[in-house]
Amino acid sequence: MALTNEHIQKRISEKFGEFVSDFAEPYGMLSFTVSKAYNLKVLQFLYDEADLNFRFLTDLCGVNYPDLVDSELAVVYHLHNLQENMRIRFTVYTSIAFPDVFTASKLFSSANWMERETYDFYGVNFLGHPNLKRILNVDEMDYFPLRKEYPLEDQTRIDKDDEMFGRG
Amino acid sequence: MTENHQHNIKLPEGSIEKQTTTLNVGPTHPATHGVFQNIMELDGEQIVSTEQTVGYIHRAFEKLAERRPLYQVTPITDRLNYCSSPLNNMGWHLTCEKLLGVKTPKRVDYLRIIIMELARISDHLICNSIVGVDTGAYTGFLYVMQYRELIYEIYEEVCGSRLTTNIGRIGGFERNFTNTAFTKLERFLKEYPKVLKEFESLFARNRIFMERTIGGGAISAERALNYGFTGPNLRAAGVDYDVRVHTPYSSYEDFNFSIPVGKTGDNYDRFLVRNEEMWQSLSIIEQAYKKVQEFKGADAEIFHADVPEYYLPEKEDVYTKMEALIWHFKIIMGEIDLPKGEVYHSIEAGNGELGFYLISDGGRTPFRLHFRRPCFIYYQAYPELVTGGMLSDAIVTMSSLNLIAGELDA
Repeated sequence: MALTNEHIQKRISEKFGEFVSDFAEPYGMLSFTVSKAYNLKVLQFLYDEADLNFRFLTDLCGVNYPDLVDSELAVVYHLHNLQENMRIRFTVYTSIAFPDVFTASKLFSSANWMERETYDFYGVNFLGHPNLKRILNVDEMDYFPLRKEYPLEDQTRIDKDDEMFGRG
Repeated sequence: MTENHQHNIKLPEGSIEKQTTTLNVGPTHPATHGVFQNIMELDGEQIVSTEQTVGYIHRAFEKLAERRPLYQVTPITDRLNYCSSPLNNMGWHLTCEKLLGVKTPKRVDYLRIIIMELARISDHLICNSIVGVDTGAYTGFLYVMQYRELIYEIYEEVCGSRLTTNIGRIGGFERNFTNTAFTKLERFLKEYPKVLKEFESLFARNRIFMERTIGGGAISAERALNYGFTGPNLRAAGVDYDVRVHTPYSSYEDFNFSIPVGKTGDNYDRFLVRNEEMWQSLSIIEQAYKKVQEFKGADAEIFHADVPEYYLPEKEDVYTKMEALIWHFKIIMGEIDLPKGEVYHSIEAGNGELGFYLISDGGRTPFRLHFRRPCFIYYQAYPELVTGGMLSDAIVTMSSLNLIAGELDA
C-alpha cells in the first residue's frame, strides 16, 4: 500500500492528539504544526515507525512572523521518506522571548549545521545542541539578522516604503 | 655553535612537548579551490581532528530576496553554485511557476532540459578535472576547459552571458534559441563524446589516480543519508536517489536515462559516478534535441508560456500596444501581488537536491525564501570523512565533494 497523506495524518493525530494541528496540503505536501515540546517526539515517531519511515531530513530552517504574538519564531522541518518518495513538512512555533526548541541533531547529523544556521539568523536556541554557535555570520555579531525587525533597506531613505512591496 | 640565534621567538607554553601540530588550511590556501578554512590537528601527516569554518563569502541572499520581486531573485541564484548557474536559475523559475500555477509548454521543458544537462556536464567536468589536478594531473583540467567553453558559448548565444547566466524567465526563455545556438549544440554533441572518452581513459584506470583516490574520504550509505547527502556524493555511496527520477520536473519523465551508483562512497566512486552522469546527460541532451526538432511550424516558435502577468512582453509591443506597456511596467516595477502560500520545490542540481522553500504572504516579494544548499548540508561530514587519513587525501576529498563556496555560504 502506498503511503498517503491521509494515512500519515491519521497516524500522527492518533499518537499525538491535540499536540499536532493545522493539517493542510499546500501544493500536495502534507503540512502541520507541532507544539514546541513535542518536536523531537514527532521526529522520532516518524523516524521509527515502519509504515512512516521518514528518515531523511531534507531541510530545516527558521521563519520570523512578527505579527503572531507569542509564536513569533518558527522552525520548519522538511522530511522525506525515500522509499515511498513522500515528503512532509511541519512547523514548530516558539515565542521570541523564550526561543528554546529541542535539537534534532542527535537523530539527524545533518541537523547540526542547519540548526546552527537557524540560530545564527533567528536566535532559536536549540536545547541539547552540541555546538550551538554562529556559522555564517561573524562570531562578534550580537543580533539575529534575518528577523523582520532588521530592515534590509537603509531606513533613512524615503523613496522606498513598504507599500511598494505590497505590505504597508 | 651553541648560541641560540632565535632568542626573540616566544613559543607558547607547552608547545614543545605537544605531540601534534595545528595547521591552518585556508581560508585562502593554494590547495583548496575556494574560500575554505580548516583548522586541522595533525599527528605527522595524519589528521587527528579538524574543524571547518564557513561563511567567508556569506552575502545574505535570503535576506536580500525578501525585498525583491521574483524575477530579481534569479540573479541571486546564479551566485549559489556558480559552476552550474543555469541549474539554479531553472530551479528558481520552476519554484515560481509552482507557486503561480504556470504550466510551461513541452518545447520549453525540453529546451530547459538541454540547458540544465549542459550545466550538469560543465559542473561535473570541473569537479572531476579538479580532482585530477589535486592528484597531480593538470593536463586533463586544461584540456577539458576548451570543451567547457563550447557549453559557455551556447549559454552566451541563448542568454548573453557565460558564468552568472540569469538564463530563462518565469514561464520560459527570454528569447527563442537561434539557429546558431543549435549549430553550437550540434558541434558540442559531435565533439564532446570523444573528449570525454579521452578524459576518462586518462584517469579511470590510471594507476596513480586509483591509488590516490580509492579508499579516501569514504562514507557508508547509512551515514551519508543521516548527513543529508544528496546528488552524486550520495549515489557514490550506493543510494539511487535522484530528484529527476523521484519527483520529475520539467518533463524529465519523457526521457530514458539511468542513475549511476557507486559502492564505497570514496573519492574514486564519486569520480566514476560523476563521469557516468556526464554520459547520461549527453544522452538526455541528444534525446531532448531530437524532441525539440520534432516541433514544426508555429510550434517551433514557442519558447515561453502564455502568462502576460509574469512574462515580459515583446519590446516592440511595449512601444506600440497599451496593454503590453502596462504589463511591462507592472512586471519591471514588481507590482504584481503573489498568491498566498508555502511551496517547496527541489531540483537535481550539480551537487544534489537544490531546494527552494518559498513562503508568500500575498505581498509582492517572498516573505521568506530559504535555499536548501546541498553543499552546506554535506560539508558537515567532512571531519568524519578525513579523520585518520592523510592531509594530502583530505585535499582530494574536499575537491571530490565538489564544494562550491558560493553555495556553501549563500
